[in-house]
Amino acid sequence: MNYADLFRITLPETVLEIAALFALIVDLGLVRKAALQMRVAVAALVGVIGCGVAIWSLSMQPTIGLSYGAGSKLILLGVGGYITAAQIGILLLTGVTLLLFTGSVFTRHAGEYVAVVLMSAAGGLLIAAAQDLLVIFIGLELLSLGLYILTAFAKSSAKSAESAMKYYLFGGTSAAFLLFGFSYLYGITGSTNLHEILLQLHQGELYQATPLLNVAVVLIIAGLGFKVAAVPFHLWAPDTYEGAPAPAAAFIASVSKVASFALLIGIATTAVHVFDAPGPSPTEQGAHPGFGGPWMVLLVTLATASMVLGNLAALAQISVRRLLAYSAIAHAGYMLIAVAFFSYSPLSSNAILYYILTYGLTTIGAFGVISVVERATGSDRFDAFLGLHKRNPLLAGVLLVLFLSLAGIPPLVGFWAKFNLFAAVLNLSAGVVPFTLVALAVAMSAVSLYYYLQVLKRAYVMPAVDETPIKAHPVTLVVLVTIAAAVVVLGCVPALLQNWIAGF
Amino acid sequence: MLAWTIYLSFAGALLEALLPKGKAGVARWLALCVAVLGLFCAVGGFVQGMGQGRSVIVDVPWVPSMGIHYLLAADGISRVLVLLTGLAAVAGILFSWNVEHRTNEFFAFYLALIGGVYGVFLSFDFFLLFVFYEIAIVPKYFLIAIWGSTRREYGAMKLALYSFVGSAMVLIGLLAAYSTSGSHSTSLIALAHAGLPVSFQMWCFPLVFIGFAILAGMWPFHTWAPTGHVAAPTAASMLLAGVVMKLGAYGCLRVGIGLFPHGLDPWGWSFLGLGSWRDVFALLALIGIIYGALVALAQTDFKFVIGYSSVSHMGFVLLGLMTLNQIGLAGAVLQMFSHGVIAGLLFAIVGRLVYDRTHTRQFAELESMHLARRLPFAAWAFVIAGMASMGLPGFSGFVAELQVLIGAWIARPWWTVTAGIGIVIGVAYTWRALQRAFFADRLPTPEEHPKTGWPDLGAITWPEMTGVALLTLTSLAVGLYPRILLDTIEPAVKALLAGGGQ
Repeated sequence: MNYADLFRITLPETVLEIAALFALIVDLGLVRKAALQMRVAVAALVGVIGCGVAIWSLSMQPTIGLSYGAGSKLILLGVGGYITAAQIGILLLTGVTLLLFTGSVFTRHAGEYVAVVLMSAAGGLLIAAAQDLLVIFIGLELLSLGLYILTAFAKSSAKSAESAMKYYLFGGTSAAFLLFGFSYLYGITGSTNLHEILLQLHQGELYQATPLLNVAVVLIIAGLGFKVAAVPFHLWAPDTYEGAPAPAAAFIASVSKVASFALLIGIATTAVHVFDAPGPSPTEQGAHPGFGGPWMVLLVTLATASMVLGNLAALAQISVRRLLAYSAIAHAGYMLIAVAFFSYSPLSSNAILYYILTYGLTTIGAFGVISVVERATGSDRFDAFLGLHKRNPLLAGVLLVLFLSLAGIPPLVGFWAKFNLFAAVLNLSAGVVPFTLVALAVAMSAVSLYYYLQVLKRAYVMPAVDETPIKAHPVTLVVLVTIAAAVVVLGCVPALLQNWIAGF
Repeated sequence: MLAWTIYLSFAGALLEALLPKGKAGVARWLALCVAVLGLFCAVGGFVQGMGQGRSVIVDVPWVPSMGIHYLLAADGISRVLVLLTGLAAVAGILFSWNVEHRTNEFFAFYLALIGGVYGVFLSFDFFLLFVFYEIAIVPKYFLIAIWGSTRREYGAMKLALYSFVGSAMVLIGLLAAYSTSGSHSTSLIALAHAGLPVSFQMWCFPLVFIGFAILAGMWPFHTWAPTGHVAAPTAASMLLAGVVMKLGAYGCLRVGIGLFPHGLDPWGWSFLGLGSWRDVFALLALIGIIYGALVALAQTDFKFVIGYSSVSHMGFVLLGLMTLNQIGLAGAVLQMFSHGVIAGLLFAIVGRLVYDRTHTRQFAELESMHLARRLPFAAWAFVIAGMASMGLPGFSGFVAELQVLIGAWIARPWWTVTAGIGIVIGVAYTWRALQRAFFADRLPTPEEHPKTGWPDLGAITWPEMTGVALLTLTSLAVGLYPRILLDTIEPAVKALLAGGGQ
């Protein structure tokens, strides 16, 4: 490994870090005396430009991944394929959450906020590409530490501090679990490279020989399950979603999820490459990856529990943010099915990526609407949305589109994401278990319509208590309308995004 | 030409949504224009398609990687149901001329629903069909929840959830069929020829069939229908009974029977005399016919009578489907058309002509209002609609139910006998409703008698008269000369039966 290669492959991360520093300099130096609105706008603009440059810099990356040294074929950081698609997704979604920050007033520390967001996003980029346990861990910590800070960013709000504390404690514990699991893996195989570890397990048949491996897998799943908020590691999600400032919550709900699922895709891809070396028919080979055992059983359990608990708990919520948290748990459950039945075919990773990217976009929009309503009414309770169609018809329209998309109503993009995901699972792995899981997922999404309609009912059906118009920041409104339009357009022309993802 | 029905409706919905608030008159006329244009397209497509088999209207790849096509096509069954949708849409708008509250939004949801319905009837790609099918769910919810009456939020949510659960079952079945066929195409025609294994069809058929039949009001999944119909505003209950329930029945026919014809084969063993899914669903249809009619007989709310009568009449459609012979299936399709027109008319009379004026639907209160004298037009319209609903010769219901009964006789004679009982009860509940609502002439008690004389109920307006005339004449025309529709339906049914589905 030489440092020129390292620099070239981590160019996007470097760009983000520079942009972060630049945001600090501009905010604390050039526009220090300006009004808060102005400072927020400038900082967000710097951040968005940083994301743009980082996307452009992705094209400067070398075409092969970074290896450990001249003679080594093992990859430390990968490029291309799902990795690049996920990284572009992370950067785009980061840019959108920064744009939503433009209209916010929850903090006076505009530069710091943007800097932390960008550094977190750099962590996200890193774990999407990482093929080494240590890099994965460092990336995850870089991402998570930023998220804890962002959650606590509304300093005047006790809720924000409380939820950040909860998030931090849960996060710290799960990071410890993850690291513990990694250490076992290293102990069993003597390597930190994912490919090498799996190869050792495969060739030495170690995965049958030692119970220690089961312990390691359980610990690692616990750590990763926390990141994607899968039941039973989901407890932080409702509190964090409720307490964090809206743009930060949007960031946690979207970018962090995309990065975590990209990591899961990375692990699963390496696993199927080792265990299911190309056979005559990928469908048969992919049905039961050799690594299956505990990994698959755990993921299936997590997926089932998340779908059921997420959807049922959402039914009882009266706060829209908590509702979104439980629905996020349910959506994670759907995606975990596809991770559990990952296959050699790129269809699997494409379907998961399609789902998480569109879900991330939709949920950012939902938080955008919440932030506007919250600012006007001071609450995110269902009742705060009463008569929204009168108070701001455009905002109500955006909410309608986004929530129906989350519920999976065609022709919106959420429906295609679900269909794509379930069709990929069923097409690639035959059997009773995947079919039962998909059937459960479809049934559960029928349940989900109820609670999404509960919010829409407040917005459209029930009479307004207060009919004063709600004003939204123009940038916020433009972003939200663009997101809603994207949800409709991508839903009507689903091939657009599919081809884009498959093109890498 | 038929495809324009879909585009026009959605464009109309979009325009209505963008219309500034407070322009109720503009919204009404715009909606009426769109619906009438849609009806013209439907009639044009119907006339053009006479004597033709299936014709493809549009076929472009939509999601190439999954083999999904934007495939619109029409055969005789589709053309007839598109025609029904056009009629129901125009009539519904005529009967919602008095909607003053959020008028433009009302018509936006209304036209979006109509567009979805047109789309379902014209899709020959199961995926596209499913998309349109689900598009129709959301507007229904809002139409009932915002503009409805009795327990509207409950009725709307129940309807939305029943529909969504049904469509979830359909989606599971379709996903399974798609992955089992391995044909990399989602066209109904290709899937029907994919040769799905019989054992697969055996379990997938009931899943898809029940999924669609929920919306067709099959007993015991019918409970959304009475509550939904009663809660809905007049136009929405007309659409629910007139076309939305037909979506379910059409899905049962086109997707259920069309894709999984072997799902109806005998199991090879029998349980309580039921030897196949065909027996099971025919039994459920018969229970629906009798149960719906009996419950209608016991109602105290005028609209509930019509709501339960819909369950009963839709039982005939499902029974017709289960006969699996040409005359029975043609009867089922004709019954879809006929019930769509007649139920629309009945709901219009109860909801618009009577309820909007008297503000009550309770027989106990209507009895003392002397409606036959005060609203003679409504009374006589209901007499005619009631006769059509009972299945008197000369109206479309007679021909349709007769065909179903003949088809049932060919299949299993006892089906006909049982369904015949349902018709007799049908006469009873219609007669009872007619008598109690219009001709009771009970003297009002002193408390009921208004001190300042009877309030003026208001004259019948021209949109109401036009709507009643449109629906009555349609039912009469089909009843007197059924060949007008049967000539189009029969070849399509024949092709469907012969082609192992499509």
